[in-house]
Amino acid sequence: MPRVLIIEDDRAVRDGVRLALRRQGHEVAAAATGEDGLEQLRTFRPDAVVLDLMLPGMSGLEVCRRIRTHDQVPIIMATARGDDTDIVVGLESGADDYVVKPVRARVLDARIRAVLRRVGGTADDQGTARTEHHGDLVIDRAGLTVTHQGRPVALGPSELRLLLTLSASAGQVFSRQQLLEAVWEHNYHGDARLVDACVKRLRSKIGEPPGSPRYVHTVRGFGYRFGPR
Amino acid sequence: MRVPRVLRALMGLRLRLVVTFTLVAVVATVTTGALTFREARTGVLQQSQDTVIEEFRHRVNTLVPNYRFPPDAADLDAFAADVSRGGRSQPWRVLVAYREASATSVPGDAFAELSPAMRESVRSRLATVFQRVSHDGHSALVVGMPVTFAGQYSTERPASGLEVYLTVPQREEQGYVDALVTAIERATVPALVLAVLIALLAARGVLRPVRALRRATRSIAEGHLDTRLAVHGSDELADLSRTFNETAAALEGSVAELRRMEAGARRFAADVSHELRTPLAAMSAVTDVLDEDAAGLDEDTATAVRLISTETAKLAELVDDLMEISRFDAGAAALHLDEIDLAESLRRTLASRGWQDTVETGLPKPGELRGRVDPRRLDVIVANLVANALRHGAPPVRLDLHAQDDPRAGRQAVVTVRDGGDGIPESVLPHVFDRFYKSADARARSEGSGLGLAITTENVRLHGGTVRAANHPDGGAVFTVVLPLRPDAAEDGTPSPVKEDRT
Repeated sequence: MPRVLIIEDDRAVRDGVRLALRRQGHEVAAAATGEDGLEQLRTFRPDAVVLDLMLPGMSGLEVCRRIRTHDQVPIIMATARGDDTDIVVGLESGADDYVVKPVRARVLDARIRAVLRRVGGTADDQGTARTEHHGDLVIDRAGLTVTHQGRPVALGPSELRLLLTLSASAGQVFSRQQLLEAVWEHNYHGDARLVDACVKRLRSKIGEPPGSPRYVHTVRGFGYRFGPR
Repeated sequence: MRVPRVLRALMGLRLRLVVTFTLVAVVATVTTGALTFREARTGVLQQSQDTVIEEFRHRVNTLVPNYRFPPDAADLDAFAADVSRGGRSQPWRVLVAYREASATSVPGDAFAELSPAMRESVRSRLATVFQRVSHDGHSALVVGMPVTFAGQYSTERPASGLEVYLTVPQREEQGYVDALVTAIERATVPALVLAVLIALLAARGVLRPVRALRRATRSIAEGHLDTRLAVHGSDELADLSRTFNETAAALEGSVAELRRMEAGARRFAADVSHELRTPLAAMSAVTDVLDEDAAGLDEDTATAVRLISTETAKLAELVDDLMEISRFDAGAAALHLDEIDLAESLRRTLASRGWQDTVETGLPKPGELRGRVDPRRLDVIVANLVANALRHGAPPVRLDLHAQDDPRAGRQAVVTVRDGGDGIPESVLPHVFDRFYKSADARARSEGSGLGLAITTENVRLHGGTVRAANHPDGGAVFTVVLPLRPDAAEDGTPSPVKEDRT
């Protein structure tokens, strides 16, 4: 049973979402403030976090940043339409996905399950070699770990799944829409900023020099391609 | 555009001023010249002729007593030669006549300047007669004088029958008059040039404020309501400038007030939507619970529960659309351009809503039509148009896509959505993109939020494209969207006419 932590200041929304997610088969904990959320993250050990960006006191963005300093738990932001810059900043701070409020429980549940699938291994990977070497980058598909120059890289679930997807077909160009479908399980018209923000985070974590990436290349007008040059 | 402009300039104020000034100058110069000429010419000729007549009379009076009377031919010759020596610069040409005999100072001189009428006049009136004649292109003064006996005891002066005639060329006088004409002619040209210059200066003085006024008016028309004119002096043009400034200020004030009110109304709509969102978020979260459990409730409660669920979903959609419109109004909507296959995008739009079997399509093959658009906004544009056609039109609904090259805007994608219904009444056509517009015969609440086409319009406009509604000649409404494809725009770095936040 997936464990979900909701951080949401409005009591009605918190209770509604908690009730709905419980009905969808999740074990749910709820926090009214960012500080309480960070505390429950330690004690409750959730599999995924649903984080409201508009919180009194410590902001949602700040909570997101603090979680990412030591934890790669999947984070789904709940935002208001219109908080465009917050979405970009949130994604770049390490959030895996976002939903726009008001959201139906079924949609939120689908997003949570999609992000949880990113953490677990998939059947496709079993036939491939256990570890792959791409220059200084070593990808362990079974153990789901990545090392760069011998040091382990802490990748969030979306970053990891993006890297696995791109590197599984090295040299092939993926459009943003393809990646949205493959990694985020969004439809074709999902928000391409998810891909761009995630690529940015991934590049910075595997030590790509800004402006001249070695592993994840931008293909102008089409999308992204993996491959050591 | 060039020729009419030149023509207009020719017909303009400047030309009219120049022509007027020139005419005034011509009339003034010609009148002054003519009067001066007449007075001066008369003066010059009068004086010279008085002098000549006086000298002639004196000479004759002095010489006549030296001769016998009646004179013979030799006397006449001598007398003529004697009188002719009275000329100052050159000898006079003299004719002396007595009865039928005559003699000239220059032998063989025909004395053609002397008219018979003049001889007759001298003979009959017994007075000094003069005449200005022009002979062979030279003007000359002819003077005739009868010689009379001086009566000792009476004032009567009987004629002697002797007549003396004199011809003096008036070369010098002609020269004076010619010089006068030349001087007048010469004065006319500078006067005219001066008149034109003054006219141009005057035109400039008038035209400059007029031109400033025209520029300012155009500036106002372009929306720069803070345009004001500098007011110089206190003439009519200054008054006009002042009135213009007052009008512009009043206009600016009214527009600012209207904008403030409109911004207030829009902010209110945005605030209301925002406030509605939180309770809606709580309600939306639990509608699925209601739907699931409705089956187990008694009929009335189940109906009530389902009603709450569906209306909550509609309310959520309405608030969502209101928030979206508010973002456009606030200028907060941003384009996130990505190069995509447009046909693929349209196909996905239909598929994700389960419309692939209800909507006919005419789309290019994969890879044929790629362009830089905002994929999510394109999805909204097409989905709203198709939803509108399905809702208000009749089948068959058809979605077409093709590319066209516009000479000015470059390569464009043209999306058309057509339905098989009765079309849109002419009175409704101009309003179909208005917010919450409901035609009179469709009072019932429609399924949509009433904002779908307005949101479509805003999304198209954000792309720099156009959308229009029309009725097809064969029936049915046709919505046509034209979007620029920006094939040359770079992925990143290079400037692009639209805001992008991709790095």
